[in-house]
Amino acid sequence: MPELHDVVIVGSGPAGLTAAIYTARASLNPLVLEGEPSSTGDQPGGQLMLTTDVENFPGFPDGIMGPELMVNFRDQAVRFGAKMETVKASRVDVSERPFKVWVGDPDAAEPTYLAKTLIISTGAKALMLELPNETRLIGHGVSTCATCDGFFFRDQDIAVIGGGDSALEEATFLTKFASSVTIVHRRDELRASKIMQDRAMANEKIVFKWNSEVAEIVGEEKVEGLVLTDTKTGERSELAVTGMFVAIGHRPNTDLFVDQLDMKDNGYLITKSPSAATSVAGVFACGDVQDDTFRQAITAAGSGCAAAIDAERWLEANEH
Amino acid sequence: MSDKVTHLTDATFDEVIAGSAEPVLVDFWAEWCGPCKTVAPILDELAEEQDGKLKITKMNVDENPTTPLKYQVQSIPTMLLFKDGELTKTVVGAKPKAALVAELGL
Repeated sequence: MPELHDVVIVGSGPAGLTAAIYTARASLNPLVLEGEPSSTGDQPGGQLMLTTDVENFPGFPDGIMGPELMVNFRDQAVRFGAKMETVKASRVDVSERPFKVWVGDPDAAEPTYLAKTLIISTGAKALMLELPNETRLIGHGVSTCATCDGFFFRDQDIAVIGGGDSALEEATFLTKFASSVTIVHRRDELRASKIMQDRAMANEKIVFKWNSEVAEIVGEEKVEGLVLTDTKTGERSELAVTGMFVAIGHRPNTDLFVDQLDMKDNGYLITKSPSAATSVAGVFACGDVQDDTFRQAITAAGSGCAAAIDAERWLEANEH
Repeated sequence: MSDKVTHLTDATFDEVIAGSAEPVLVDFWAEWCGPCKTVAPILDELAEEQDGKLKITKMNVDENPTTPLKYQVQSIPTMLLFKDGELTKTVVGAKPKAALVAELGL
């Protein structure tokens, strides 16, 4: 028989690990399925593993490195007895209690874990352009992690695709290395916050290519340039860059819960605010997987706390 | 870190690769790279498990500019596998242990 846990937490970003700290302190012995290593935001520690300085997390007046912050979160959860497994859930069944979670073969007859309550904090992952050469050229000019790869583009001309906060943040960061950063955006105005816009506009190394979409990534062994299409005129042009960093938005990691939990049209889980309850009693969601509005580390952590307290109260009410 | 993992530098790289009887895996990493941190414990485990069959080494790209440039490393972690001094496999990006083992053919 698979082990039965009071609380299984799926995902280990700020939301999941905050839920782990709170449920561990409530003596619920949470099991955290922290995910598997990757070079995307879908990995143990979540999207902050791909950032450098986090300047807006309260309590760190001088800022802190994203990976370091997440190591601290994890250490704090472990200190109170949270059990971490470096695995990824491959299937979840919430149709009956206890809930079932599989790791590894999703078709295995028996689940890996049983859970009285489930806290979902699987986060969101960055979208790619889905162009033919894109995956093949990852590591050869196409990057999923600006903080990992920016270093290798010293004195080169590179492009950042997107117009939101993360695009401008990446572009600004990359000017530490690159000789120029062209922001390719399909509209003629930015979605990004005022402070990020001001910072980017004031940066001499950043140039904007408005109303433009990437039609093609040029290069066999490595990125040699991009073919852009003007979104208004359809005109094609070439942009000579050796690197491309994509920041066009995120998609919630909710594939495991399709047809099981209520979601918005964009795939984000629906929670019954201010509670973290989902459409299934005993299943709670926190962090970016249910947040298409704020998407901040601190709001994720806050919702993780809410999910933990919800789970604790739900167990108390339903145990006896 | 496992004491079976060797740190390489630009100065020692050629000698270690050429002089090794067993295949050598080189992991290019840096302190500021989050995914590199998640790969580190996997490499420690492999160093123990593959002791005598595969030499696991690491190179800090901040301190050693020449070798990453020579092998056109543009992303970290990147892992290069050398057999008899020849580059036989390049793995880009952090991966789960099972996927890494499969890609490296261990």
